[in-house]
Amino acid sequence: MIKIKNISKSFNDKSILRNISGEFDKGKTNLIIGSSGTGKSVLLKCIVGLLHPDTGFAFYDLRNFTDADKEVKSEIRREIGMLFQGGALFDSKNVEQNVMFPLDILTKMPQDEKLDRVNFCLKRVGLENVNTKMASEISGGMKKRVGIARAIVNNPNYLFCDEPNSGLDPQTSILIDELIQEITHEFNITTIVVTHDMNSVLGMGEKIMFLYKGDKLWEGSNEDITHSGIKELDDFVFINKVMKNLKGNKLV
Amino acid sequence: MKEFGRYMLFLESLVVRRETFITYYRLVVDECMQIGVKSISLFVLVSTFIGAVTTVQTAYNLVTPLVPRYIISQVVREMTVLELAPTIMAIIFAGKIGSSMAGGLGTMRITEQIDALEVMGINSSSYLVLPKIIACILMYPGLVIFSGICSIVGGFIVGTLTDIITPTDYVLGLRSNFNDYSITFAMIKSFVFAFLIASISCFKGYYTKGGALEVGIASTEAVTSSVIAVLLADYFLANLLL
Ligand SMILES: Nc1ncnc2c1ncn2[C@@H]1O[C@H](COP(=O)(O)OP(=O)(O)O)[C@@H](O)[C@H]1O
Ligand SMILES: [Mg+2]
Repeated sequence: MIKIKNISKSFNDKSILRNISGEFDKGKTNLIIGSSGTGKSVLLKCIVGLLHPDTGFAFYDLRNFTDADKEVKSEIRREIGMLFQGGALFDSKNVEQNVMFPLDILTKMPQDEKLDRVNFCLKRVGLENVNTKMASEISGGMKKRVGIARAIVNNPNYLFCDEPNSGLDPQTSILIDELIQEITHEFNITTIVVTHDMNSVLGMGEKIMFLYKGDKLWEGSNEDITHSGIKELDDFVFINKVMKNLKGNKLV
Repeated sequence: MKEFGRYMLFLESLVVRRETFITYYRLVVDECMQIGVKSISLFVLVSTFIGAVTTVQTAYNLVTPLVPRYIISQVVREMTVLELAPTIMAIIFAGKIGSSMAGGLGTMRITEQIDALEVMGINSSSYLVLPKIIACILMYPGLVIFSGICSIVGGFIVGTLTDIITPTDYVLGLRSNFNDYSITFAMIKSFVFAFLIASISCFKGYYTKGGALEVGIASTEAVTSSVIAVLLADYFLANLLL
């Protein structure tokens, strides 16, 4: 479980996040949603420590990560896996080396054990026989899969995904979403996914935090997101005509 | 000035929270190979031609028979050791290696590869940049010596083939009035230039913000800034050490 408390962040006096608090549950896909530029990525970066929040803290199973000393921080970092928007695979390495990299850095595993683990993770994300392909040679969807494999290779307790399906076709998007959700349940991980994609929200939103221009306006699950009664959220959810009609006819 | 302060903080960040020695050893060897492979052909080409051209032009300017011909190779030698090899090559090095370092780091920044390293708890600046700087400092002086040899050989080939100077005179010129401090000076310059080029280029690349366009801007800026730094350092070192 990850808990955040009163996180605020501004850049050059421009306030991006204001007093965000909330909880993300273990074994669930927790979503942070909102339209582009509302500060979702900034919030995620504050949580994983890529940015230091101006105020507030992130607690990883009751351990204060934001103000932790070096040892505790690196201990928690070992338990974190992160999938970046474009995959963020290392260009200079091939698929196998990319997935193995966290093990090289964070563990003292012997080589054959590492290789087994890498192959297990690649298989888990549905990739086989691509070990020697360079990161630049594979498609966007495959990059995301390799990114997921790399994120889970060191058995994380916490998984973070920033827009896991941006730039993918709708079908691949859903496959990636499902993969993230399966892995979360299978390994009982606390997963936080940032997204603005309504398919993902409805598909995998077991617990949802809605951000609007730097404020948290709503929290709930995909079952009650359609009748929150909050105008900004309705504007976000019922984007197209079909959805609006649905709202008119059935849901409300 | 603010930029300079950030540069200093950047340099400081390189030496804190490091990985194991063996990790760096591998990375440095890797970078050295890349630097060598990328720059060697251009270095050979440029320095051989400059040596050759200097020979021809010095001969062209030596109209009076009162000056002995071996002066030609002495000029080639002095020019090579003092300016061509360390300084001119530094400018080429900045264009070739500096821009590719800045471009590479800039790409890693905008595609979040640097963030990915940070999330794993790696000090990305020291992991990515320190090996590059060390590799440059190790490789560049060698490249300078090598390009010095190329330049002198270039002069020799052209000078003897076109009957400007006899091989004996050329060698005589190379050996006359030789002050070996100029070699020391050239080596000091090489170390300083290598450090400046690598650190400034990495600094520019590492702090790239935005997209592909900014990566291009960062590599251009890396070349401009490091060339300026090299020329300034050249001037100060000459004042200080000659
Ligand atoms: N490092 C930074 N420096 C300055 N401004 C930033 C930085 N990172 C993000 N921002 C600004 O914060 C706002 C929110 O960005 P972001 O969290 O990326 O939005 P999104 O919700 O689309 O992920 C944007 O206006 C962006 O310009
Ligand atoms: Mg974002």
